[in-house]
Amino acid sequence: MANQRRDAAIVGIYEWPKRVDPSVSAMQMKAASIKAALDDAGLKWSDVDAIYDAGDGDGGGGGLGLAAYLGLKPTVIDTTQVGGSSYEFHAAHALRDIAAGKAKVAVLSYGSKSATRRVPIGTGGGAGGGTWSGNMESPYGTTLIANYAMVANRHMHDYGTTSEQLAHISVATRHHAMRNPEAVQAMTDLQFVGVNEITIDDVMSSRVIADPLHLLECCMVSDGGGAVIIASADVARNTKKKPVWIIGSGEATKYRENGSDITTSAGAQSAPLAFGEAQVSPSEIDIAMIYDSFTITVAVCLEDLGFCKKGEAGPFVSTSGIAFDEPGKLTLNTDGGGLSSNHPGMRGIFLLLEAARQLRGESTSQVPGAKLAVSHGNGGLLGGTHTGGTVILAAD
Amino acid sequence: MPNRPQPDLPEHDTAAFWEGVKAGELRYQTCNDCKEVVFTPRAHCTACGSGKLTTKAAKGTGTVYTYSVVRQSRHPNFADLGAYSVAYVDLDEGFRMLSSIVGVNDPTTEIKIGMPVKVEFEKQDTGDYPIPVFRPV
Repeated sequence: MANQRRDAAIVGIYEWPKRVDPSVSAMQMKAASIKAALDDAGLKWSDVDAIYDAGDGDGGGGGLGLAAYLGLKPTVIDTTQVGGSSYEFHAAHALRDIAAGKAKVAVLSYGSKSATRRVPIGTGGGAGGGTWSGNMESPYGTTLIANYAMVANRHMHDYGTTSEQLAHISVATRHHAMRNPEAVQAMTDLQFVGVNEITIDDVMSSRVIADPLHLLECCMVSDGGGAVIIASADVARNTKKKPVWIIGSGEATKYRENGSDITTSAGAQSAPLAFGEAQVSPSEIDIAMIYDSFTITVAVCLEDLGFCKKGEAGPFVSTSGIAFDEPGKLTLNTDGGGLSSNHPGMRGIFLLLEAARQLRGESTSQVPGAKLAVSHGNGGLLGGTHTGGTVILAAD
Repeated sequence: MPNRPQPDLPEHDTAAFWEGVKAGELRYQTCNDCKEVVFTPRAHCTACGSGKLTTKAAKGTGTVYTYSVVRQSRHPNFADLGAYSVAYVDLDEGFRMLSSIVGVNDPTTEIKIGMPVKVEFEKQDTGDYPIPVFRPV
């Protein structure tokens, strides 16, 4: 561990508390979240010299548009947009840019009004034609959920994975959500049927949206936002809270290829890069914040990150104890996840926020003494074109 | 008749594929330089970057690699269809295509991974282009 890097750290965090919020715009969410995260760190508006942005904010115009809106003149702008994992890519790029001496205080932010605007993210059908890919896919009416469901079906075919096994992910995540007042409010505001703990039977008896995925295996569609401040080591030594160090990152892409294995995601490429840089192994990780768009996303990514072998996520999630108050080593998605806390469309920033809370000791489902966390985002379509972004975080 | 969305043409990469469909052919490409099978259609080889590709007609037979059945869709062309399938089909020539499996009474129980299927060109309510779908054989 002697050479484990300590170049950049998460020093300020803020998560927008409401998941249905008609009172603000997505850009207002971003700006107010940035101010609150800077306050959390004890840093000033004018300290920001780097902006990372995924082009969210309901037409926010990327890093340039955000800089103008905020009234800042950063010397690093990065508008990487790779779906829900954009924020893991941003954290990786902020680490790189800070280590290179190009920036000292980097800002990541997110704002989306998908619930208020009633965006049918999972069931709206494919994008229109007129492009090289759209013209080959739009005639078939495949939905986002069906794309992930095709991965689940093949995983079940190849490895004997069952819906009952995958349902353990929904159950543990809801267990965490019920301890998080903001998640409880989210489920209430979004009129969930039964804002309470759920059972395997509840998941199995919820309606099928796209075979084999049930309603309770799918993330919600919410409003939401937040911000993360990442600072250089010299800045991090003087911030209000304990820094959460970024010690490794990995980025990868995957897409449909002739003869390829759909049950393996880009995470199989990004994770070894991140763990290698961090000089830690998956068995040392306390907290896994894995993008839970659907249960199958978590299952595939747990395998690809090395927490279990390929094909063994079913037994792993159903027997190892993934809830914070179960004896297993690895604890999963302690904020309540996209399944039960928030999913405004691209939830990658929340994976960083909750990992940071855990490593500061501030989670509503706190794992005592949590030292190491991984935030892994899967952006795009798990069964099609997607990215994997892996970030390894360490407590101070 | 179904009313699937039509391809939006002209579009440089996919125009020849859809002209093939109109002519009753399921077209794919191979690279003259490295023999890679290229699909979906492009003007370059995805393995070596060569611009020398040959367009060929597939036999139209293959197997279901994976599938799902869409029970909920807000897309206006599919919203009233009831449960319908989407699938990745592996064609015998070595390319994988997104399509739909038709000709089964209950897609939720009758479609199986590995099932042999054959292409058919499904006429649509509106538009000049039939849509290639697959039926169990």
